[in-house]
Amino acid sequence: MWTGRDRATAPCDGPTPSRRATRATVTRMRVEVDTELCQGHNRCYALAPELFDVDDYGTAIVVGDGTVPAELTEKAELAVANCPEYAIKLIED
Amino acid sequence: MSTTGYGPADGVYGPVADWATDFDHAADDYNPNAHRIWHDLREGGCPVAHSERYGGMWAPLTHELVHEIAYDTEHFTSQAVIVERGRPEVPPPVGVAPPITSDPPFHQFARRLLLPPFAPKRIEEWEDDVRALCRDLLDRTGAIEPGTTVLDAAVQYAQHIPVNVISRMLGFPAEDDDYFRRCVHAIIETVDEPDEQRFAEDRFGDDIDLEVYLDRQIDDHRANPRDDLTTYLLDIEIDGNHLEHEHVRGTMLLLLIAGIDTTWSAIGSSLWHLATHPDDLERLATDPDVMPYAVEEFLRAYAPVTMARLVKDDYDFHGCPMRADDWVLLPFPAANRDPAFFEDAESFVIDRAENRHAAFGLGIHRCLGSNLARLELRVAIEEFVARFPRFELAGETRWSRGQIRGPRELPVRILE
Repeated sequence: MWTGRDRATAPCDGPTPSRRATRATVTRMRVEVDTELCQGHNRCYALAPELFDVDDYGTAIVVGDGTVPAELTEKAELAVANCPEYAIKLIED
Repeated sequence: MSTTGYGPADGVYGPVADWATDFDHAADDYNPNAHRIWHDLREGGCPVAHSERYGGMWAPLTHELVHEIAYDTEHFTSQAVIVERGRPEVPPPVGVAPPITSDPPFHQFARRLLLPPFAPKRIEEWEDDVRALCRDLLDRTGAIEPGTTVLDAAVQYAQHIPVNVISRMLGFPAEDDDYFRRCVHAIIETVDEPDEQRFAEDRFGDDIDLEVYLDRQIDDHRANPRDDLTTYLLDIEIDGNHLEHEHVRGTMLLLLIAGIDTTWSAIGSSLWHLATHPDDLERLATDPDVMPYAVEEFLRAYAPVTMARLVKDDYDFHGCPMRADDWVLLPFPAANRDPAFFEDAESFVIDRAENRHAAFGLGIHRCLGSNLARLELRVAIEEFVARFPRFELAGETRWSRGQIRGPRELPVRILE
């Protein structure tokens, strides 16, 4: 996992300058649901079904490993901002 | 339903003298003026109102305090959630209508049984039925002459939708819908009356006691099992044992009561807003993409449901000397309009993007039927606006009394 400090000094093994530039600027975002806090309000699944699913009890779960593609960042932020129980986190890896 | 109540000797609570010290959510002038009352109390430095009515009652009015109490199952019990003069007879942790009247750890057991049939994907299956019901109600309004015809959007439309759906889910006959509405009225709207007046037999005409009605339904479903929630509850087996009769009946009571006037009120309040805010009505009629945000904003700005708790033991709550057995209201609708929590809290912002509202409660008692309520609200508004893209208020709105806030009479003039 890269931290901010690592990013600044990360060794680059890319063969070309363009690849090096990509590695240096892209951070991986992912969403996480705290299932202890989730009470099944279903706001995240309604707002961002690409990122969240619900189980048979209505508890939220992340789709896949929770990775947020760049084009869904805004939806992820919306899901975080609408959870009444503060059960969702958007994490920068 | 309760022990002998507290109250004045002459039986009647008078008009509210002062909302800070004599608060009464069932007073005639509370629901019509609720938004102003919360605003004035908060601005006036009173985040928790109090009353000696109902044997002692507190009403926190900020999001922070409502949130704190909703999460605190150590000092507050859910044993009863409708404030009345008496105190509940069925002891914790089960209460009369599990899981809403249950406390941990029993609460989690009772709730988990009920979650699957109300989970989002199971509720989505009801959309076509709800839509057909709404269209049928609109068809029944008869010939419309734009600019002249006046409909009652509460009486002819909103009040029929949730009761029809929940009684169908439970497997009850459609012709009993009127009876269920009368029961809900007696349970929710007459709480400030003395018990002997409230439950006087001559008040109910030929109506039977709701628990007797539910017992008959249980007997009938045992004899003739079918694909509905009543049979689902009767079929549940835990370690080879079925649920106790009182548990099944209490849960049916909960689903019926909670599933009727709550969503009816949300639909009615949303239509009231649209009838009084033509810009929002036009936006909704012309921009369907705004609907998901509008639904959540209707729920925030006009949340219908105030819950309640009882104080377990004497407790100092931020300087409020709460006594054991005092009521504490949980006015989620007031929390939803708290400017300390929401930007522009007093305004209706139809496309509000960040909307962490508490219309369905907070914590372990999150409204079990929230997915159904949201579906009914969205479809009811979509269909009404599709049929009548322009309408306006055409007379006096009559608001409900007590913990569930919404219009009971809502005359609107159809303009288009």
